[in-house]
Amino acid sequence: MSIMAYNGGCIVAMKGKECVAIATDHRFGIQAQTIATDFEKVFPINKQMYLGLAGLQSDIITVYKRLMFRKNLYEIRENRVMQPERFAAMLSSFLYEHRFGPYFIEPVIAGLDPKTFKPFICNMDLIGCPNMPDDFVVGGTCEEQLFGMCETLWRENMEPDDLFETISQAMLNAFDRDAISGWGATVYIIEKDKTTVKTLKTRMD
Amino acid sequence: MASERYSFSLTTFSPSGKLVQIEYALNAVSAGASTVGIKASNGIVIATENKQKSLLYDENSVHKIENITDNIGIVYSGMGPDYRLLVRQARKIAQNYYMIYNESIPTSQLVQRIAGVMQEYTQSGGVRPFGVSLLICGMEPSHINNDEMIPLLFQCDPSGAYFAWKATAMGKNSINGKTFLEKRYTEDLELDDAVHIAILTLKEGFEGQMNESNIEVGICDSNGFHRLDPTTIKDYLANIP
Repeated sequence: MSIMAYNGGCIVAMKGKECVAIATDHRFGIQAQTIATDFEKVFPINKQMYLGLAGLQSDIITVYKRLMFRKNLYEIRENRVMQPERFAAMLSSFLYEHRFGPYFIEPVIAGLDPKTFKPFICNMDLIGCPNMPDDFVVGGTCEEQLFGMCETLWRENMEPDDLFETISQAMLNAFDRDAISGWGATVYIIEKDKTTVKTLKTRMD
Repeated sequence: MASERYSFSLTTFSPSGKLVQIEYALNAVSAGASTVGIKASNGIVIATENKQKSLLYDENSVHKIENITDNIGIVYSGMGPDYRLLVRQARKIAQNYYMIYNESIPTSQLVQRIAGVMQEYTQSGGVRPFGVSLLICGMEPSHINNDEMIPLLFQCDPSGAYFAWKATAMGKNSINGKTFLEKRYTEDLELDDAVHIAILTLKEGFEGQMNESNIEVGICDSNGFHRLDPTTIKDYLANIP
């Protein structure tokens, strides 16, 4: 079994009309054995940017802490809020620095530009190859199922409510077909003036 | 002279609180060629003398004004070889920044980091301070409105101190140059007028006949930074009595 699927878990992010959404499951396991059901893999980076990390749990925590260190240093040094594009570039170069001994994670970034409020989503592989499509990005152990769900449900220019419904359905129905993801989910809807966090109740098996 | 006792160690303060080697570095700068920088409303101009000692020099192959990025230009007063090292470092810093953030380095960031390099050379073993002061100019997007470009002009001294100027002069005749600029500078200056004033300021203390090949001018506007070619400088000189 791949080390990327040792702990299980999945992330998805979607673009909407002047908003973005990112969702995570809650499971933390060791192979098939579930250890905890409150491990959220999405972290706030700043007011309008969230980072999701799927993969090996220890690396998720390490990478998150190291990124916050670099991002905080940037924001203090340059006295401005980091744009999602800059954060993605920084994460990409950070991961590639560890090209031959990588962190076993798949990052997903979702956010709005701090000035223009332009939606931004991005994901990467474990060595930082970035992918910035116009619709949705996925990561984690049920990536294939998520791709299928997103391709079926995603539409252009969805309003925040619509986007919430779509990302929730995509997430739920994808991880129901994966034994090592699920056990609840959290969805973040990021809008210009507010961010809504919703927890989804799901089947716990 | 009492300060002689302290004048060899880079890092020993004299009783009056001075680091004498740094003062000497500043003397090297004020003995260097005149340099002028002016911030206009829509750009920045930097200009310097490029006088050669002999007629036999090829004037148009070694330049004193250099690009660091597409948007940032740099010039110096003082020692040429020290300057080249700083230009190399500056370009390296700029490319490193671009590699990490996928965005050109902001002028203020570049200045801070070059100043950091210059400071290190005032406190390290086996080195001496740089014998140059730099003028660094660049345009960068406004923090408030992304579409608006703001001109910036910085001076960086051998001590690692840096200043933001509206207009300044360095090197020989810098005091006269600054007085001249104080009289001529206005807030709403256009770039073309700024080039004119920069050349006039250089002319104040210029020994001999000024022509298009013994001065260098660089301009920075919303299209980026570039050195003016001799024919353009000649046109500006034609407008000067």
